[in-house]
Amino acid sequence: MSLTVDQVSWSVAGAAIVRAVSLSCAPGSFVGLIGPNGSGKSSLLRCIYRVLQPDAGSIQLDAEEVWRLSAREAARRIGVVLQEHGGEFDFSVREIVLMGRAPHKALFARDSAEDRRIVEEALRQVDMLDFAERSFLTLSGGEKQRVLVARALAQQTRFLVLDEPTNHLDIRYQLEVLDLVRGLGVTTIAALHDLNLAALYCDQLYVLKAGALVASGPPATVLTPALIQAVYGVPAEVAPHPRTGRPHIVFLPRCTEVAR
Amino acid sequence: MSQAATTRSAVATRPLGASPLGFGALLLGLTALLLLSVTLAVMIGPVPLAPDLVWRVALHRIAPGLISPDWEAFQQNIIWEIRFPRVLLGGLVGGGLAVVGATMQALVRNPLADPYLLGVSSGASLGAVAVILFGLSWFGAFSLSIAAFLGALLAFGAVYVLAQHGGRLTTGRLILAGVAVSYVFAALTNFLIYNADDGEEVKSVIFWMLGGLGGARWDYLGLPALALLFGTFYLVVQARSLNALSVGEETAATLGVDTSRFRQQIFALTSLLTGTLVAVSGGIGFVGLMLPHILRLLVGADHRRLLPVAALAGAIFLIWVDVLARVIVAPQELPIGIITALLGAPFFIWLMRRSGDALGGRR
Repeated sequence: MSLTVDQVSWSVAGAAIVRAVSLSCAPGSFVGLIGPNGSGKSSLLRCIYRVLQPDAGSIQLDAEEVWRLSAREAARRIGVVLQEHGGEFDFSVREIVLMGRAPHKALFARDSAEDRRIVEEALRQVDMLDFAERSFLTLSGGEKQRVLVARALAQQTRFLVLDEPTNHLDIRYQLEVLDLVRGLGVTTIAALHDLNLAALYCDQLYVLKAGALVASGPPATVLTPALIQAVYGVPAEVAPHPRTGRPHIVFLPRCTEVAR
Repeated sequence: MSQAATTRSAVATRPLGASPLGFGALLLGLTALLLLSVTLAVMIGPVPLAPDLVWRVALHRIAPGLISPDWEAFQQNIIWEIRFPRVLLGGLVGGGLAVVGATMQALVRNPLADPYLLGVSSGASLGAVAVILFGLSWFGAFSLSIAAFLGALLAFGAVYVLAQHGGRLTTGRLILAGVAVSYVFAALTNFLIYNADDGEEVKSVIFWMLGGLGGARWDYLGLPALALLFGTFYLVVQARSLNALSVGEETAATLGVDTSRFRQQIFALTSLLTGTLVAVSGGIGFVGLMLPHILRLLVGADHRRLLPVAALAGAIFLIWVDVLARVIVAPQELPIGIITALLGAPFFIWLMRRSGDALGGRR
């Protein structure tokens, strides 16, 4: 599935949060959205997964206008891993993941053996099968995040949106979750905080600053010291990593005894 | 990791009736318990009655000719005209309040919601009182219920709007908004009564406002029964969406729920249920708060299980509370709202202390 975002703008109370952003994700590619806090990454993603309706512009999945789909049709095409950990109700991990099957179920349909198999498989993929009967509320932040990834997997969509999917995760699961999603071969767009992870996993990067697109391209061309200085206001050194070949970023602290 | 996982998952408890078979058995058991409760509740009273007599009279009234009456007329009168309607009304109101409570809690994503606490019952009361005092009858026999429904809708809408802050509902604001709206509607109701000419209307308003099931008649049962059946059926069918909504608004949207439309439907439905229940029983507090919470501990949060169980268990609960209200200071009767409040208020405080962080404290 391919995504085409064309001149999308969104504003709230007169303040432009997303300014005429255009981007595209090729089928099967893993696209990263980077930029400082408040640069409009989450808002742009919300426009894509239909929580914020853009004021202008168009968003298309395989030439279908996303905002013309019904909520159910959209949920069968777009799987989302949110930062939201909300809810005070005591669902089990299995029940949370089973919710991912909802857009595929008719009104009176019961959960089938197939649904249960898909849920188990999704839980196994994020290494949470042993936790299936546990209460979601008792999990740690990282465990919750993996369960939410499993729910998006159970949704079996050909397009995934991830909003800071590695927040709360320790390093092992940061890598595992991104490896897992990349390995699916599903078109993915992800807002990422960690530039080194973005450099490692993304085919394309789009850089947002104050709601506008300031750079785009493969990580090696986008992640330059000049861009990092301009967008984040931090000095950095970038060199291709000898093993991965991907740009590796070292941020330079201001205190001289460390930087020398 | 896997060792830690096994030890940690070992403490997991599977909710009651998690398997389809177990759930069927649970519903069957509750239905049997409900029938037993109805029988006992009809038997208990100043004039004690035998269980077989209760059902022989009922059968005789439902299918005349099957049994030749060998009982006194006054016995039939007590059983069929006084106790049965009252017990059945108690069941309907209890089941209905539990279903409404569970649904409201999912809608506002907060276990502290209840039609009474959120001022929805006060809204319904205002509508009903206005109809009685002004003798409005635009909708014939349904005027009272329809006015109560409109009042409930108005109050619930007001609370929902007031409790929003930056697109989020917080527990503190929700409860404060509920209290505020509840006071405004109660004040308006009192104003209406104060200004009314003394007469039969004021008497009937006051009798009605005291709440309770004392005035139950067969013709009170139809509308709440219909609303409860239709409402519970609709909600159970939509339970997947309700589950998603109770986890989060955005989550629901990404799982294919048309959130704004679904929310409107749930608003209308809970207001309708509250309105029809308040119209026949006055405001009975805390049933909608306590029952869903206790039942969630028992069967889990999945609304496909929770709602049918709430309807049955709520009915059983209120039938017994009403029995208590009848016998505790016999031959006098206690208003049923006193007992539910005495049970519910401490429960509410316990719940509030438990979910401290949601109210701004720390868990």
